[in-house]
Amino acid sequence: MSGVQTNIKAKAHVYGDHIDTDRIIPGKYTKTLDLSTLANHVLEDLDPNFNKIVQPGDILVAGINFGCGSSREQAPLALKQAGISVIIARDFARIFFRNAINIGIPVLEIADHNIQKDAELDVNLKTGIVKDLSTGKTYEATKLPDIMIDILNEGGLVNYLIKHGNYSL
Amino acid sequence: MGQTISEKIISNHVGRKVYAGELVVSKVDAAMASDTTAPLTIKAFQDMGGKNVFNPNRCAFIIDHAAPSPNERIANLHKMMRDFAKEQGMRLFEIGEGICHQVMVENQYVKPGDIFIGADSHTPTYGALNAFACGVGSTDLAATMMTGKIWLKVPQTIKINCTGTLQDGVTAKDLILFLVGKVTVSGATYQAIEFCGEAFEGLSLASRMTIANMSSEMGAKTGIVHPKGLQLDYDFDPIAPDEDATYIKTFNFDVSGLEPQVSAPESPDNVHNISNYEGTKINYAFIGTCCNGRLEDLDIAAKILKGKKIHPDVRMIIAPASQRVLLDAMNNGTMNTLIEAGASLITSGCGPCVGTHQGVPADGEVVISAANRNFRGRMGNPNSNIYLGAPSTVAASALDGHITNPKKYMV
Repeated sequence: MSGVQTNIKAKAHVYGDHIDTDRIIPGKYTKTLDLSTLANHVLEDLDPNFNKIVQPGDILVAGINFGCGSSREQAPLALKQAGISVIIARDFARIFFRNAINIGIPVLEIADHNIQKDAELDVNLKTGIVKDLSTGKTYEATKLPDIMIDILNEGGLVNYLIKHGNYSL
Repeated sequence: MGQTISEKIISNHVGRKVYAGELVVSKVDAAMASDTTAPLTIKAFQDMGGKNVFNPNRCAFIIDHAAPSPNERIANLHKMMRDFAKEQGMRLFEIGEGICHQVMVENQYVKPGDIFIGADSHTPTYGALNAFACGVGSTDLAATMMTGKIWLKVPQTIKINCTGTLQDGVTAKDLILFLVGKVTVSGATYQAIEFCGEAFEGLSLASRMTIANMSSEMGAKTGIVHPKGLQLDYDFDPIAPDEDATYIKTFNFDVSGLEPQVSAPESPDNVHNISNYEGTKINYAFIGTCCNGRLEDLDIAAKILKGKKIHPDVRMIIAPASQRVLLDAMNNGTMNTLIEAGASLITSGCGPCVGTHQGVPADGEVVISAANRNFRGRMGNPNSNIYLGAPSTVAASALDGHITNPKKYMV
C-alpha cells in the first residue's frame, strides 16, 4: 500500500449505534476549508472530551449505521484531521463509507464485533484481520469491492484519478 | 429476468443489462453541489487535475445552505463558487433562487430515466421524477464533474407497496414519516426503494418529492416513486419495473386509516401517531426545506392560519423552497395570509434546518418542523428538541402553542 499504512496498533474510542454526521461535525462548522476547525469540533455534541484525549493513530469504533445523515465529507475529514487512522463499525451509512475511502481513511465493517471502550487493537489493513489485544478476540472485516481497495491503496480518489485519469474496473 | 426501476435505468446508461450486486462505471446525466459541499469539490477537482467539467450545461452549483452569507468566511467560500462556475461556464444559482433539489427539478436538470449525482444527501428527492438519483460527498462529485461518470454497485431494491388512499387532513409527509418509522433509519442502507401502490398514484409531483426526499432517512442509495400517475409539463417515457423483477424485501401497508404522524427527538424514525405528542408545548414552528417548502405545503399552512394569529409564545419561520415557490405564494395570497398570521419570511434556503443561521433555537426550546431531520444539534443547538411533522401539523401547532392534530382545522 503506497498511501496507507498496513498495520495499525492503537487504542479504540468506542461509541454506539446511529452516530449521525451532525454528531461527528455539526453543520454550523462545516463551511470551511480549514481542517483544524473541523478537528477542534469533532464529535463535540457526542463526547466533549474526544478531541482532548484522541492521539494520532487512534482507532474509532462504532455500532451500526455509523455516519448516517448528511453527505458532508467534512465528517470523515474531521476524524482524519483529529488523528483517527481507521474506523471500525458494525456497518456504515453509504455516503460516509464512500467519503472515508475517497479521502483515504480505511473503514472496516465488522458486523459481529464486541470491542469495548479503550481496547488495544491490532489492525491489518491488507487482510482485514482485527485483533482485540484486550480480550484476545480476532475479527475479520467484510472485504471491500476491488475499486475501493484500489482507491484506498492510492491514498484516496484524488490520487487515484491523478494516476488513472478515469475510473477503471 | 425482470428488472427493477434502478436496474433498468442503470442498464440504459451502461449499455447492457445489469442486475443488483454488479459493479459498474456509469455515465451520469447531471451533477450539482451546494455551498456545504462545493468548496471541497472545487479543491478536489483542481487537485485531481480537472480542467473542464464534463458538460457545463449539466453541472450546477447552488448557494442555499448558508444564504445569504452569515460571515466573511462563508462569503469567501461563496465567491470561490461563483468564480469557479464563471470560469467553467456552468450555472450558479444565487442566494434566494432556492434550495438545490427544488431548483434542479424546476430548471429541468433532471428528468425521468436520468442518473443524477448530487453532493447532498437528499439528492434521492428526484426519485419523484422516476430518476435514479444518489447523494455523494465532495470528492466523488469532483470526480463525476471531471469524468461525467460514477462507479456504483447496482443496488438491491426494497419495494414499499401502499394500498388505500390517505384520509382528508393526512398528507404525503405523514405517509413518509410513517414509512421511515417502519423501515427505520438504517433499514434500506446501500439499497434502492421503490414506492408503489394506490396511495402514491394520486400524489402531486411536490408530494412525490416529499416521499422520495426521505428515502435518505432510511439510509437508501435512492428512492424512486412508481411513475403511475406522474404528471409533468413535458412528455417523457416512464420507467416501470418488470412484473417479475427481484426485490430483497417487500413491505405492504394499507394506509387508508393513517393518522397524522410525528417524529420525536432525536432520530427521524422515532415516529408515532400524533396523539402521543398532542399538548407538547412548542416555542418555534418552521416550514421550509427540500422536504416541505413547496407551494402546496405553504398553501395548506395558509388554509389553517387564514384570519388567525399564531400563539403569542410561538415564533414561526417560513422558508419557501425556491424563488418560484415564493412568487407563486405571493400571487395566490398564501404569503400574505402567513405573514398576517404572524409568520416571518426568510430567504429561500436551508439555513434553519441545517443549523447554519436564520433561526437557531435556544437551550431547552422545542421546535415543530416540517423538515426531514431531528438529530441532536441539527438546528444548531444540541440543547434544543426537534419534532418533525407535516406542514399542516406545524401550522396547527403554531396556532395552539403545542403539538396539535391539524385535522380539526382542516374540515
